[in-house]
Amino acid sequence: MVQAVVSSEPELRGCAVALVDGIPPLCVVVALNEAARVTGIQLGMSESQAEEFSGVEIRRRSAARERALHAALLDVGWSVSPRIENTSPDTIILDIAGLRSLFGAEENIASELMKRAVALGLSTHVAVAENLETALHAARGFSGITLIPAGEEATCLGRLPVHALNPSIEIQETLARWGIRTCAELAALPVLQLSERLGQDGVLLRELACGARVRSLVLAEPGICFVEEMELEEAVEDLEPLSFLLGRLLDQLCARLQARSLAAAAIHLRFDLGDFFGKEVQVQNEKSTEEIPPKIYEQVLSLPVAMRDSKTLLKLMRLQLQANPPHASILKITLAAEPALARAAQGGLFRPTIPDPEKLELTVARLASLVGDANIGSPELVDSHRPGNFRMGRFVPAREETQVRRKKRGGAADRGERNNSEENAEPQFRQTAIAFRIFRPEWPAKVDLRESCPAYIVFRGMRGNITTASGPWRTSGDWWREDGWQQDEWDVNVRLDFSGARNKQSLYANARDGLYRIYYDALRQSWFVRGRYD
Amino acid sequence: MAAHFARLRSQVELALAGRVAAPFTYRDRNFAEHVSTGISEIDLLAGGLPRGAMTEIFGPDCSGRTSLLFSALSMRTAHLEACALIDGCDAFDPHSAEAAGVDLKQLLWVRCKNIQQTLRATDLLLQSGGFGFIALDLSDVSREVVRHVPLDAWFRFRRAVEDTQTILVVLEQESNAKTCASLVLHLEGEPGRWATSSQAREISGNTLSQLLRGFDVRAEVLRSRVQPVVRTTFRDGLAAASFSGRSGNFETHAPWNYSIGARSELKPK
Repeated sequence: MVQAVVSSEPELRGCAVALVDGIPPLCVVVALNEAARVTGIQLGMSESQAEEFSGVEIRRRSAARERALHAALLDVGWSVSPRIENTSPDTIILDIAGLRSLFGAEENIASELMKRAVALGLSTHVAVAENLETALHAARGFSGITLIPAGEEATCLGRLPVHALNPSIEIQETLARWGIRTCAELAALPVLQLSERLGQDGVLLRELACGARVRSLVLAEPGICFVEEMELEEAVEDLEPLSFLLGRLLDQLCARLQARSLAAAAIHLRFDLGDFFGKEVQVQNEKSTEEIPPKIYEQVLSLPVAMRDSKTLLKLMRLQLQANPPHASILKITLAAEPALARAAQGGLFRPTIPDPEKLELTVARLASLVGDANIGSPELVDSHRPGNFRMGRFVPAREETQVRRKKRGGAADRGERNNSEENAEPQFRQTAIAFRIFRPEWPAKVDLRESCPAYIVFRGMRGNITTASGPWRTSGDWWREDGWQQDEWDVNVRLDFSGARNKQSLYANARDGLYRIYYDALRQSWFVRGRYD
Repeated sequence: MAAHFARLRSQVELALAGRVAAPFTYRDRNFAEHVSTGISEIDLLAGGLPRGAMTEIFGPDCSGRTSLLFSALSMRTAHLEACALIDGCDAFDPHSAEAAGVDLKQLLWVRCKNIQQTLRATDLLLQSGGFGFIALDLSDVSREVVRHVPLDAWFRFRRAVEDTQTILVVLEQESNAKTCASLVLHLEGEPGRWATSSQAREISGNTLSQLLRGFDVRAEVLRSRVQPVVRTTFRDGLAAASFSGRSGNFETHAPWNYSIGARSELKPK
């Protein structure tokens, strides 16, 4: 319990910490570390009593953090062995049979376990034994790494006090009256007499003290749930302190993902909100007195490639929060990662340059905050005859593993330079396609017709004779919808006349003859200039 | 005196140690890898587009700037390079680009609303790195606005692409980047070419009085500060040539002249 709090507040490491739980003002101390015990605090003390001890940090128990820490402990176990037992919230048992080829001797396995646990912010004790009950009690009783050779279980456990075996209070008191203090003394008692006085519980306890108790491992189902939660004692309103907390949670989440050799394909962010900001409430009241904003704020950070770099994820999350900030103070933060296999790509000296996916995602997010989400991406053509119809897709450039030759439609198929390796080959040239530039929104125009053909045009302060016109290209569609269209398009060559221009220094004062595409909108009964050939 | 200079030199080298490897060693920037624009005439004229440098393409409206850009984009996207287009006036037409052979999946399109956004977006993209081709389209931004872009912005862009594999192309109505641009191309459009009714019938199967076929473009190299180091990318005769002051022509063609375009499926009135 104390570790759960210390892991979320690293500055408490080395301090005397006591945890309180219950309904205020009846909170009592439910857990404390050794440093706090030395000061004199005891379990069951009220919060006000505990506060009188100087130099002791009092914190509220966090069930969410305990769950997260237990999940982290399981991740450490699964990162080493697929066969683990979820014994209790603070204990797991691993089957390390057959791991010698991967990690070496038992001592190395134990060291590796401790190293991985430290990476996740856990302080652990590891014991290795042939008998799992022996390993369990040795890990709980001895600090650091304990290696118990086969046949020496009783000797090693003998140094432990009897209460390390977790007997019932009655048995513990009875043994104390007998003067039995250590496991070695308990193991020396005769079985029959012990059975007569303490029953089967006493026999079981003696077996544990001898290290002779045998049972099978109860395997835990490997879970892929990566959730980190943090309940805040004081509500957070600003982005800066929130980023600090998010950074901690993301560090923890990414470390857990790394322990399982996974990465995040998406991060689900959830805030439990408290009081709404005054200004927002006023606005809400003006709009509607009945509308109550939801108490939950949720966002999904979707990632084009799986990643587990906590710094990059934090930057992306900050940009997303800046674009859509929560409208109330935050009481609880929950981060959940959608696990996916980590990206494994082999670079190459002769492959085309491609932006680093993490960096690219960050750049795109920054650009999106600059120009808006809808204004950045990779254009995708829509299967429609509506002029200028397209949608913006996510920009995911082809990578080496997906670099397959894509078939192009129409004239693009014959383009030169198709292979990856043909940079040095002589390119094959073809006719240069005329490019078109669109005016968004289209420019209104006034057009005079002569024999049903455009002959004179006025638009944007310019006027000119239409010397050549091709059309009309008639299109229509979506007549069953409100945004249907019916247009007659013309390609026209306009000879602009500036003799009457008032301001020759204006943007278009230097325009010359140009090729434009104009159209008559039959629904709006007006002429427009769609764009220019360039 | 010589001893004094030597001591001064050693002091400067000592002060810059760790930051500048060899401050007094001449660094030749006149050679760069060039890539094809996809237009043989331009490649012959200018040697292609230099990597790690800024290329300025300017000219009036309907001068073929966008056609040249699309051609270069189609070449780079065909090589699966990541490309970016910073659209200063939101004038990019994806249909036209697709018809020109641009692989739109390899293209990041940034639609800007003003010059500040455009310059900031360019900075961000150049700093992110990894892009093979970045185009800054200021074709429809007024000349006055582009003239007021501070010179340090152009220097910053040039410095950002130096020693990278990125090609930075700027499209404008007039040249503004001054000496920051390694290659400056001036384009001028000729009047449009129109097919006669009989030619139009052959092309589209429809009876028309006229059909746009394209227009000719006259290109001139106003400045070329880099020379290609390889000539395998291009046709013969490009090595170690001075391109400044050279000019030539190329033609643009409407897509319905050589491929199945949307127009040939439509029926004229």
